[in-house]
Amino acid sequence: MEGDIAQGMKYLGAGLATLGMVGAAIGVGNIFASFLDGAMRNPSAAPQQTGNLFVGAALAEALGLFAFVLAILILLGIF
Amino acid sequence: MKVLPQAAALDPIHQFEIKKIFPFEPFGIDLAFTNSALFMLLGVVLVIGFFGFAASRAQTVPSRVQSIAELGYGFIADMIRGVAGEEGLKFFPFVFTLFFFIFIANLIGMVPYAFTTTSHIIFTATLAVMVILLVLVYGLMKHGFNFFKLFAPAGAPLPVYILLVPIEIISFAARPLTLSLRLFANMLAGHITLKLFAGFTLMLVSAGGVYIGLAPFAFFMGVALNALEFLVAGLQAFVFAILTCVYLNDALHPGHH
Repeated sequence: MEGDIAQGMKYLGAGLATLGMVGAAIGVGNIFASFLDGAMRNPSAAPQQTGNLFVGAALAEALGLFAFVLAILILLGIF
Repeated sequence: MKVLPQAAALDPIHQFEIKKIFPFEPFGIDLAFTNSALFMLLGVVLVIGFFGFAASRAQTVPSRVQSIAELGYGFIADMIRGVAGEEGLKFFPFVFTLFFFIFIANLIGMVPYAFTTTSHIIFTATLAVMVILLVLVYGLMKHGFNFFKLFAPAGAPLPVYILLVPIEIISFAARPLTLSLRLFANMLAGHITLKLFAGFTLMLVSAGGVYIGLAPFAFFMGVALNALEFLVAGLQAFVFAILTCVYLNDALHPGHH
């Protein structure tokens, strides 16, 4: 019985850890929204900024992936 | 709930298992030739084979294969020029190798039953540590103590530096971690999702009844995710390469960001 509770808590913890992705989702969404906003205003300048766009998206996304890695580590019981 | 007989095959983590193909253990050090090493070798052979073939019959008016190789060359060269300036081009061979090694490893991973080498942290961490060591060694060799200006960007008011310098140091120290985790976690998450949707389709079909009607939705979702994974395979290789350029730019011009 106690083992079951521990197991359940583990799943709960892994699920809660994935909530960190919410922030990353908002961040990545913001980056692309702002890019499109700017690109619609000045389409000729947009192509030079795609590199920056993807770097920004990758940096924001990495933080969400930390949450994913934590969830996997909790789920597989490495801690 | 029905338990499928091939439950082990549906386990999404199962695909990342490293198997020893050719055990080799001199002096108690495990140097076995694994499936991971095999697919890395395959990637290297493919990249060298492709570019060797394209370059072997170089003409002024390029053939189709040569144009593809030139596109790749131009793409990386423009990226380095854009991020690190003309000076960064001395690192061109490094960034080019890094990009195509990761790109081909990601693409091989998309082949069913193939092993994704980039879905292992040890692979990505090795590459990331290599990049950061190159930045540190080159930056210290070229600029000496001035390299540490990197941690104190010019132009801020003096009291801000008390806060700014620790933040810059932490963000620099986190770079190998983020660089390796980004690629690793993307590939791991993507391949788990693919496997989950494939397994979900199978489960729906084997559950019978109305569930069979739902199976096509899961299947098409899996197809769509496959397309997304191809995008991610290219994008993550690009992101790794461009971040390498950004970090190399810090080594070339510390204190200008």
